[in-house]
Amino acid sequence: MAGLRFGFFLGCIMPNRYPGIEVATRKIAPMLGIELIDLPRASCCPAPGVFRSFDQPTWLALAARNLSISEGLGVDILTICNGCYGSLREANETFKEEPEKLAKVNETLKDVGRTYRGSIQVRHIAEVLYKDVGIEKIGSIIKKPLGLKVAVHYGCHILKPTKHRGIDSAERPRFVDEMVEALGCESVQYKDRMLCCGAGGGLRTGALDVSLDMTLEKLRNIHESGTDLLVDICPFCHLQFDYGQIQIRDSLKEYYAIPVLHYVQLLGLAAGLDPTEIGIYANFVPTDQVMKKIGA
Amino acid sequence: MSVRRETLDLRKTDSDFVKRVAESGGEKILLCVQCGTCSGGCPAGRRTAYRTRQVIRRALTGLKDEVLSSQDIWLCSTCYTCLERCPRGINVTDVILILRNLAVQAGFMLKPHKDVSAYLLRTGHAVPIIDKYKALRKELKLPELPPTTHSYPEALDEVRRIANKTGFDKLIGFEG
Repeated sequence: MAGLRFGFFLGCIMPNRYPGIEVATRKIAPMLGIELIDLPRASCCPAPGVFRSFDQPTWLALAARNLSISEGLGVDILTICNGCYGSLREANETFKEEPEKLAKVNETLKDVGRTYRGSIQVRHIAEVLYKDVGIEKIGSIIKKPLGLKVAVHYGCHILKPTKHRGIDSAERPRFVDEMVEALGCESVQYKDRMLCCGAGGGLRTGALDVSLDMTLEKLRNIHESGTDLLVDICPFCHLQFDYGQIQIRDSLKEYYAIPVLHYVQLLGLAAGLDPTEIGIYANFVPTDQVMKKIGA
Repeated sequence: MSVRRETLDLRKTDSDFVKRVAESGGEKILLCVQCGTCSGGCPAGRRTAYRTRQVIRRALTGLKDEVLSSQDIWLCSTCYTCLERCPRGINVTDVILILRNLAVQAGFMLKPHKDVSAYLLRTGHAVPIIDKYKALRKELKLPELPPTTHSYPEALDEVRRIANKTGFDKLIGFEG
């Protein structure tokens, strides 16, 4: 397990909207033997749903710029976001499969004094925790089994396209459920579990009504499961469910109050971190009841 | 009950269009048998009139203007369900992304999408920091600004130079 060192790619939504997820990641990493190295000067991944949709050469060039920063530090790049993961990983796969595209991107990067050789891997915290750290080690840092009912939302880009992932089944995955169970929680089943949160593909930006309608369907199904909270592994899904519940209340007059945590926050709580230090109070949907339930 | 007839006017089709889609990485759409598995699994198709199968059919038929000017292609949330389930192994989601690129080149881009692109060029982030979250970062004992383009003006300059070189700034009508 020695040598788990990664360039910590922040992206946009985590540092700029849910910094509690950033703190939780920075605090749990050393407990599990993961060293996080900052990636100074990184930008937006750039967001796959929007920028990849608008202009693929620009998307590839900006992704390569971010990858080159981590490569320059000699480490694989780590993200806590499905969107950043999708973007950086798909760009990286494109460079492997179509070297001429990497050459073209490097022509562009030359002007800003950078090159990307394509020598690093793109990793997501959830798969690193599951594959590299392992359930047993996760269990070893748990101070307090949480005893919560958890509705897991995987999100799309962690598992798909499966051709470039190979993490778990896209239709019936289990790996995050196992990691939730390792914290003394029960992973509840709910209807249409693999349905998209509705945020991606530029939908939240370009067609908010359709986007929220998708979220609402998920919220209804999750609510019916009798869960204590929803756990995601992506700040964009996270924002869509947390802030989305407020938007749905205001625009669609349907009220849900399902607390939303990123897995690293749930893990942090189980490992004895204080909910305040990992910013859980800053969520839009109140989290008090869940915190009371775990005695935090 | 009357049946609406639609007649395809071949003068309105562009036979090169499918070639362009194919050359951009969408060549597998030529394998499409119009089974509709893509539409069947589509979460946007459940709640809107968006039909993935129909978009693919229109593209194959060469109905370029109809495909590129329609808002339909912007209703995909890129969940990849269609791509995973396609019995012909077509990279459907990638095809939608290719069509979007062609739409933007043809001048069809939604206003909010231009706005989010401008954020990227102004700040390096699609979702930039705002005062409320600077304060929250401070409360959580993080630096007020993350160590990204937000902390390094010269890094933002790199992003802009790249976008200038690829022509992205012009493409989105960026004016600074």
